[in-house]
Amino acid sequence: MEKQTCLYDRHVALGALMSPFGGFIMPIQYSNITDEHNAVRQHCGVFDVSHMGEVRITGPDAERYVQHIFTNDVAGAPVGQIYYGMMLYPNGGTVDDLLVYKMGENDFFLVINAANIDKDVAWMKEHTAGFDIKLDHQSDYYGQLAVQGPEAEAVVEEVLGIPCSELKFYTAKVAAVPSALAAVPDGFPSGQIIISRTGYTGEDGFEIYGSHEFTQKAWDKLIESGRCKPCGLGCRDTLRFEVGLPLYGDELSADISPVMAGLSMFCKLDKEEFIGKEALVEQKANGVPQKLVGIELADKAIPRHGYPVLNTDGEVVGEVTTGYHCLSVDKSVCMALVKTEFAKLDTPLAVQIRKKVFPGTVVKKKFYDKHYKK
Amino acid sequence: MAKFEEGLRYSESHEYIRVEGEYGFVGISDYAQHALGNVVYVDMPEVDDEVTAGEEFGAVESVKAASDLISPVSGTVVEVNEALEDKPELLNEDAFANWIIKVQLSDKSELENLMDAKAYEAFCAE
Repeated sequence: MEKQTCLYDRHVALGALMSPFGGFIMPIQYSNITDEHNAVRQHCGVFDVSHMGEVRITGPDAERYVQHIFTNDVAGAPVGQIYYGMMLYPNGGTVDDLLVYKMGENDFFLVINAANIDKDVAWMKEHTAGFDIKLDHQSDYYGQLAVQGPEAEAVVEEVLGIPCSELKFYTAKVAAVPSALAAVPDGFPSGQIIISRTGYTGEDGFEIYGSHEFTQKAWDKLIESGRCKPCGLGCRDTLRFEVGLPLYGDELSADISPVMAGLSMFCKLDKEEFIGKEALVEQKANGVPQKLVGIELADKAIPRHGYPVLNTDGEVVGEVTTGYHCLSVDKSVCMALVKTEFAKLDTPLAVQIRKKVFPGTVVKKKFYDKHYKK
Repeated sequence: MAKFEEGLRYSESHEYIRVEGEYGFVGISDYAQHALGNVVYVDMPEVDDEVTAGEEFGAVESVKAASDLISPVSGTVVEVNEALEDKPELLNEDAFANWIIKVQLSDKSELENLMDAKAYEAFCAE
């Protein structure tokens, strides 16, 4: 049985198409994916991302522990800084990709993928030996909204009354709940929210973590304002795909390391140690058998997850991880995991779509430029 | 609200056929285009391809997913609707005016296995 987020009733009332995702029943679209996609690219959209998981790590060894399980380097980071990176298996395969928020000295807030919550929390707990930390799994307490698009800053400040213009890209702060959204204290974490300038769309935007009651009130305000379109996971996927952001389960998995996925920049091999470091060092030195590439097709046919990728001799040399008819640039494109010898830019490759084979070319994985406000 | 045009025959996989003499024009129903949402690509067979009742002959793709097209009849493709190559959204604008393939029927008795508009509307309401 799938879980519901604290906004489930609101999605149903808005007539959303609901579908299971990552153990939750989530809105896929409210009107249609194209309109919602364009709203985020051009104006502002709000997503219920309350399905994401949250873990708080505190205690004297919190930083050393995060350094141990996380590929990016948080040493000496300023409070409020956010890092993207992965947790890895010793063989370099990916447990999950996640955000790490530094909330204070030896105080970190980890945001993980919904589908991986149980696995990730178990993995974290397995690796606490020798660290004096407190690991607090808080997924059930937090709701989360993502307000995304070029107008997001104005919407958050003017509609929600939460000052955010001073927040730099990939930073966060704790904020008081604005009085207009304040409610009877509803338990954890009462009276405070976390807001960050982050997102998963390639546009400027904010992610806001708060209690269920806060999340419901903030959602209602945003929808009632008319300045913010409700957006489902359908366009969240087309938006993140276009700008080359990976989705765990497609571009990263237990079998796909960050080196294979082209995400080495988030793995700091000059760090003293982290789980999986030796495997990545070996992969960097000796190469990997497969790499993630972008492929642009000449035709409009749409490559989908799992479709075979062929070389010019018709041999299968890889598989599509995500593909769409890219809404912002009107081209059929995909990300695909292919044998490394076929991963060079401009290599001619083809995708088999049902019975036909459609020729294409290896291109950069970013099909549309990000518009972050840094 | 979906429209259910009279005079056509419908399949359970939501294709329709408009029969004119020895030929049938096959497309997707208005109910199907509603359910699919924005159509962004139509994968069509070639002229002279054989199609078989109950078997896949192409696909209609929305942003999110591909849906197989299942032929309601057997026969030979004599024409494909090339307008859909550049304007797949025509299926959303008017699914009944924009057929996908024209088939020379090899067995008209297959039409008896299909639903009329009333039966199809009841089927969709289930």
